[in-house]
Amino acid sequence: MGRLNVNLCGIELDNPVIPASGTFGYGYEYAELFDINCLGTFSFKGTTKDPRFGNPTPRIAECTAGMINAVGLQNPGVEKVISEELPKLKKCFHKPVMANVSGFSIEDYAYTCEKLDAQEQVGWLEVNVSCPNVHGGGMSFGTDPKAAAEVTAAVKKVTTKPVIVKLSPNVTDIVSIAKACEDAGADGISLINTMLGMRIDLRTRKPIIANKMGGFSGSAIFPVAVRMVYQVANAVKVPVVGMGGVTTAEDVIEMMLAGATAVEIGAANLVDPWVCRDIINALPEVMDKYRINSLSEIIGGTK
Amino acid sequence: MKQGFFEIIENIPLTDSVYKMTLKGDVSAITAPGQFVNIKLEGLYLRRPISVCDVEGNTLTIIYKVVGKGTQQLSQMQEGTLDVLTGLGNGYDLTAAGDSPVLLGGGVGVPPMYLLAKKLLAEGKKVRVILGFNTAAEVFYEEQFRALGASVAVTTVDGSYGTKGFVTDVLNTESYSHFYTCGPEPMLKAVYKASTTSGQMSFEKRMGCGFGACMGCSCKTITGYKRICKEGPVMRKEEILWED
Repeated sequence: MGRLNVNLCGIELDNPVIPASGTFGYGYEYAELFDINCLGTFSFKGTTKDPRFGNPTPRIAECTAGMINAVGLQNPGVEKVISEELPKLKKCFHKPVMANVSGFSIEDYAYTCEKLDAQEQVGWLEVNVSCPNVHGGGMSFGTDPKAAAEVTAAVKKVTTKPVIVKLSPNVTDIVSIAKACEDAGADGISLINTMLGMRIDLRTRKPIIANKMGGFSGSAIFPVAVRMVYQVANAVKVPVVGMGGVTTAEDVIEMMLAGATAVEIGAANLVDPWVCRDIINALPEVMDKYRINSLSEIIGGTK
Repeated sequence: MKQGFFEIIENIPLTDSVYKMTLKGDVSAITAPGQFVNIKLEGLYLRRPISVCDVEGNTLTIIYKVVGKGTQQLSQMQEGTLDVLTGLGNGYDLTAAGDSPVLLGGGVGVPPMYLLAKKLLAEGKKVRVILGFNTAAEVFYEEQFRALGASVAVTTVDGSYGTKGFVTDVLNTESYSHFYTCGPEPMLKAVYKASTTSGQMSFEKRMGCGFGACMGCSCKTITGYKRICKEGPVMRKEEILWED
């Protein structure tokens, strides 16, 4: 076993680096840039039961050390993901992939997860109960422990692969939601999704984003993410996948010390598409610097 | 797409707010006029997409208008190195030009027309260029297009230079085999309506990544959803679906 290996819900990863959903498409755009098989895995574009165009544009706003997006879960729908995207991905990625799923009802989640669970390429299901962009959907499940638990239980009932529930940071008490998901059978918890944010154009006095508000991500949110990962990892027994503003190999290590078994990288990919490869390459040297023999030893190692 | 580190050779104002920057570096990923580059700037999170004006040897020319923090910062740089993603987007298709294409550029939509005109002239086409601006003080690159060997008309909205009116006022009096255009959306719409042939138009939208990953710049077309940064920025007239 290598120094970078970690075990995420029973599946061995060559390293803990995982591009986050919505920043890595279905992988093949990046496969033109580098061999994406160097990744631990990646979480593919949030997939829903039906095809979605998403929100009107502009969908993107710049912020200090970050960005806001309100894409609105644009995706071709689960049938097309299975018939078109996964076969394309198979040609360039030979490891189990993380299937990211969103829904607008408990039935939606169960339907989409059951379909993706049956795909050989899929290693884990990452259930997004937190997308802040869609009216009447996502948000409500992730902000209520009972609703989050119901989604988790419904998905668990129809699937065989590890279910990782991805939580929203836009809540008062993230620990109670994480625990509710764990009690409902979640095999892992990933966090944090984007933070609800907004920018206003001084010239037009209108919100920059057509949808008014969107998800704030990027290095600015890293301290919030570390704090929440630390809180959740100390409260649940299942593995935690940490994310939020991770940009460097040092950030990966900090996230793991906070309690993350694996680390997702999101917005940074959009600025530097090679960042995940570069972080993986940089990890051994940074580990040496901090006298870390193997990454799996430092999970939750905050003193 | 390629990442390159480009040396700033020159950065000069062409008008009050429009600058021309010449950069030296690996331009091998730039394969068609109409493509863009995405520039990382110190202290700003997202890269700034700017259209390619010209490529010659290992020299890249971009022309940009100062509109916000990023372009303001870019305009102040006289030397140094820039982290640039090159070869982004689907450019203009030269094979559709016919014998006598017309190229219409409006404001900062003018720059991509330059490399396009150069390539079309090199193929022996009779190239007509119509450049539109608001007023005389904003006019740039007229002479450069003439120097290439194109026949050039300039319009200004206030009539302070060239023909008074819009690029379509000139377009309506001419015959051509195909049109290529880039400019603000109202102009694109006007060209779309006024044109009598097939054509290609380049769109602008707020982007996240610029290489097709984030779905920040999606639009609806007759042939399905497209990303302005990846399947675009150039679209064929026949596939455009105006949103309003």
